[in-house]
Amino acid sequence: MSIAWYLAVSAIVFSLGALGVMTRRNPLVVLLCLELMLNGGNLALIAFSRMWGNGDGQILAIVVMTVAACEVCIGLGMIVAIYRRQLPIDVDELRELQG
Amino acid sequence: MSTTTYGWLVLLFPLLGTLATAFGYRVLPGRSAGWLGTGAIFLAFLAALGALISLQGHAAGDRQMVSSLWSYASTAGIDAQMSILVDPLSVFMILVVSGVSTLIHLYSISYMDRDRGFVRYFSYLNFFVFSMLLLVLAGNFLLLIVGWAFVGAASYLLISFWYRRTTATKAGIKAFVINVVGDVGLVLGTYFIFKHTGTLDLLKTFHAAETGAFGHTAAGTNATNGGDLVAGCVLLLVGAFAKSAQIPLHTWLPDAMEGPTPVSSLIHAATMVTAGVYLIARMHPLFELAPAAQDVGAVVGAATLLIAGTIGLAQTDIKRVIAYSTMSQIGYMIMGVSVGAYAAGLFHLMTHAFFKALLFMAAGSLIGAMAGEQSLEKMGGFRKAMPFTYGCFIVGGLALSGIPPFSGFFSKDEILLVTGERGGWHWALYVVGYVGALFTAIYTFRMIFRAFHGEPVAEARELEGGHVHHAEVPRNPATGEEEDADVGFPGPVHAIAERALPMRVAMGLLALGAVGAGLIQIPKVDFVIDDFLRPSFATASGYEPHTKTGLLAIGLTLGTLIGLAGIALAYRVWVVGGRDADGRFSVAAAIQARTRPLYELFVNKWYFDEAIDLLVVRPMAATGAFARDTFERVFVDDTLVGGTTGIVRAGSAAVRAAQSGFVRYYAALLVLGVTGVGLYFLLQA
Amino acid sequence: MSAVLFFLAAIGVISGAVGVVVLRNPFFSVLALVAHLVSLAVLFLLLRAEFVAAVQVVVYAGAVMVLYVFVVAYVGGEGDSIGERLRGANGSLSTGGSVGSGLRLGGAIVGGALLVELLIALLGTGLEATSGYGAGYVPGPKTYGTPAYIGQLLLTRFLLVFELASFLLLIAAVGGVVLARRRGGIGEADEHETFAPLDVLRPLGTGTTAEGVGTRVGAGAGVGRQLP
Repeated sequence: MSIAWYLAVSAIVFSLGALGVMTRRNPLVVLLCLELMLNGGNLALIAFSRMWGNGDGQILAIVVMTVAACEVCIGLGMIVAIYRRQLPIDVDELRELQG
Repeated sequence: MSTTTYGWLVLLFPLLGTLATAFGYRVLPGRSAGWLGTGAIFLAFLAALGALISLQGHAAGDRQMVSSLWSYASTAGIDAQMSILVDPLSVFMILVVSGVSTLIHLYSISYMDRDRGFVRYFSYLNFFVFSMLLLVLAGNFLLLIVGWAFVGAASYLLISFWYRRTTATKAGIKAFVINVVGDVGLVLGTYFIFKHTGTLDLLKTFHAAETGAFGHTAAGTNATNGGDLVAGCVLLLVGAFAKSAQIPLHTWLPDAMEGPTPVSSLIHAATMVTAGVYLIARMHPLFELAPAAQDVGAVVGAATLLIAGTIGLAQTDIKRVIAYSTMSQIGYMIMGVSVGAYAAGLFHLMTHAFFKALLFMAAGSLIGAMAGEQSLEKMGGFRKAMPFTYGCFIVGGLALSGIPPFSGFFSKDEILLVTGERGGWHWALYVVGYVGALFTAIYTFRMIFRAFHGEPVAEARELEGGHVHHAEVPRNPATGEEEDADVGFPGPVHAIAERALPMRVAMGLLALGAVGAGLIQIPKVDFVIDDFLRPSFATASGYEPHTKTGLLAIGLTLGTLIGLAGIALAYRVWVVGGRDADGRFSVAAAIQARTRPLYELFVNKWYFDEAIDLLVVRPMAATGAFARDTFERVFVDDTLVGGTTGIVRAGSAAVRAAQSGFVRYYAALLVLGVTGVGLYFLLQA
Repeated sequence: MSAVLFFLAAIGVISGAVGVVVLRNPFFSVLALVAHLVSLAVLFLLLRAEFVAAVQVVVYAGAVMVLYVFVVAYVGGEGDSIGERLRGANGSLSTGGSVGSGLRLGGAIVGGALLVELLIALLGTGLEATSGYGAGYVPGPKTYGTPAYIGQLLLTRFLLVFELASFLLLIAAVGGVVLARRRGGIGEADEHETFAPLDVLRPLGTGTTAEGVGTRVGAGAGVGRQLP
């Protein structure tokens, strides 16, 4: 298959992730959709790496995975902290930082 | 030491005195500040003597020296130096100023004793003397204006010295505001002159004027009136009138009597009010090229001396009587220097300084005996209780009335002589001068006879018994408000000359001057002042008085007779006439009843205060109120400021709506942004 | 053969993604993501990125998702259907709900627009750069995609990136511990005064705001001295 197919899949996954981030109310699911977007990006990276024939994209993909892991750790920690304070687990309700 | 070094020393000592008393405010014990101040001015007087001696050591044609300390501002078009001009005129002035000031400082040590503001008083007084000396020693217009302004500031500080008295502070503000009007005239006049001469230096200006900077060179009777020069000279006159309290800028002088009596003696009799006379004398080359300005000065001087004389006839506050007499005498001086009688006018300045300062000092002693009360209606019969003060009053009064051989006779009559010799319409001024002399004699001796003759009042009896009257509750003499003796009000002790040696010494020396100063300029006999001042007036036309012997004899006799007639009239009304049942002087009351409207006019000071209030003060207040209520409130506050803030607030409100707090909203904006950017790049490719 | 595998894996990827977005229960979303990740690993294998595929399965699907499962089990949270989400939920604050519903619909539209645009960008007819099959491939023990290859790159050309990434992991670990720390812990904070070098020059606590408001008196301030 030509690279273009992989890129198409990547685009679809990325958009689905974006849609999920904008639509879902549960912060956990929002984070999951964020993972989706990251994975979409990863796929594109690997595809391009294959296209050029050097390993740069793969290294970057590994780093992206690392970053995603860190971000998940912190994000989930925050959600746990919110839960422990008996605040609603709902991004629409958590909107005190407003002007 | 060179002459100009003496000049700088004359300026240095009072300045050091000011600074020493000001900074040593807390550490100077007792009355040492007074002695320090007096010493500083005495040193200045010695330096002035040194300048005099040194000056006379130069050849006659070489007696105008300029010395510059440093260049203040030197650009294209203006060269302003810190320079003083030492010449006979300025040496004459500094001698008079420092001499009289020393004696007044001495007097003040006793007069202001135990006043809480003693040190502050001497600091201000030294500052005033410094400013006045700076004014007369200034070598260019810049320093002249600086000295002029400083003198006005010192006058304000000293008039409102007892600052918790509302009347005093109001008087200080009134004096200052009117002085500022004069300052504006002075500065504008300087501009008009500078425009043509291109230099601020005095000697260079005169030289430029005489060599045609204003379009014509002929002086004296051939002079044509160039527009700018006349305008400049008239504006200078405005400055002179404000400072010297001539009509119509005179209303501040009577109110300035709110200050302590030595202040009135120094500033408002001997020195500051003579600054206008000095100005006209100094600027005589310019005035001689603009005879129209000279005529204005002569007419205003004559009008003032007449009007002030009439007001003095009706006043009851003793200090105000003397103030109006000052105004009148300065009218003589202004008239004198405006018609070209420079030596005579300045001679009168000197003798007037002596006897007027003496009169004020004696009045201060009398007011002390009255425990602060200043109204003539409450005084009487102090002759036995205060012989020294009475003697000083008599000496000063005789000198003021122009009785020979006292000094006032020679100086005043010389002015009138030169005026008469000018001929033409100046005869009217000649007549006015003698009418004014009659008034002078009348009101002076009215004051003396009312205060010292007749039945002794309670305070006089107390003093005869050896005890100075002391008011239970100190009161403002003008309004009767209660005061205390703390800082900002007069001190608890009132000094009288009979008990204070410094006062007696000062008054005695001035009395000697009032008596003997006339001897140096007896007409046809000796010409000390004339000769001394000649180098300053080398280019003045008509400087040598061609005293026609006939007019001289008539003038001198007439002057004596008028003076004596005035004294006799006053004696008749206020001593012989006696009082009627109400306690008022019967003859005076009868005259008052018959000339009611005239009397009202005089007592109300010719309604000048009311006229100024109507013409100037109220329109300004109305304009201010209009500006505040309409323009400021509606236009500036609501439209400009309010509009701007309103726009900013609306904008922020609009932007604030974007901060909704919804995370997904932000995420949507992010994605939208990315989409937009991608679209842009797509379209480009 | 590879084409078939591609389509199977692609279908797995996309349906997993759809499942994450659509499924109501967050636990099901997590499971859908796991499936998505595994399919994605297959796609990576097709692209000859062996090591990355292995890392994906082991790290992403193995560790990160397990973490997710734990948290979802603990926190849970309610789901909401997509239809409800798009049309606006009932029962929540009216203002929040109406605004939220508007946002959701708008969000859907924006996501769609993004998709369209990306597809155009990536697959546009003018783009020849992406229409190829990839560079030539010669298999071998240290060639493209092998662990040795990745390792060599990591330790030579991308050393800085490698170190920074590990640094980032350390920070995240510390951050996680801090976030999870129990406040008001086992015992109260110790009352003993800590000693600072500047205390040599002046008594402890002088000049502080606490001293100024009277909360604490500086040591050595003197008995009975009243603070203004």
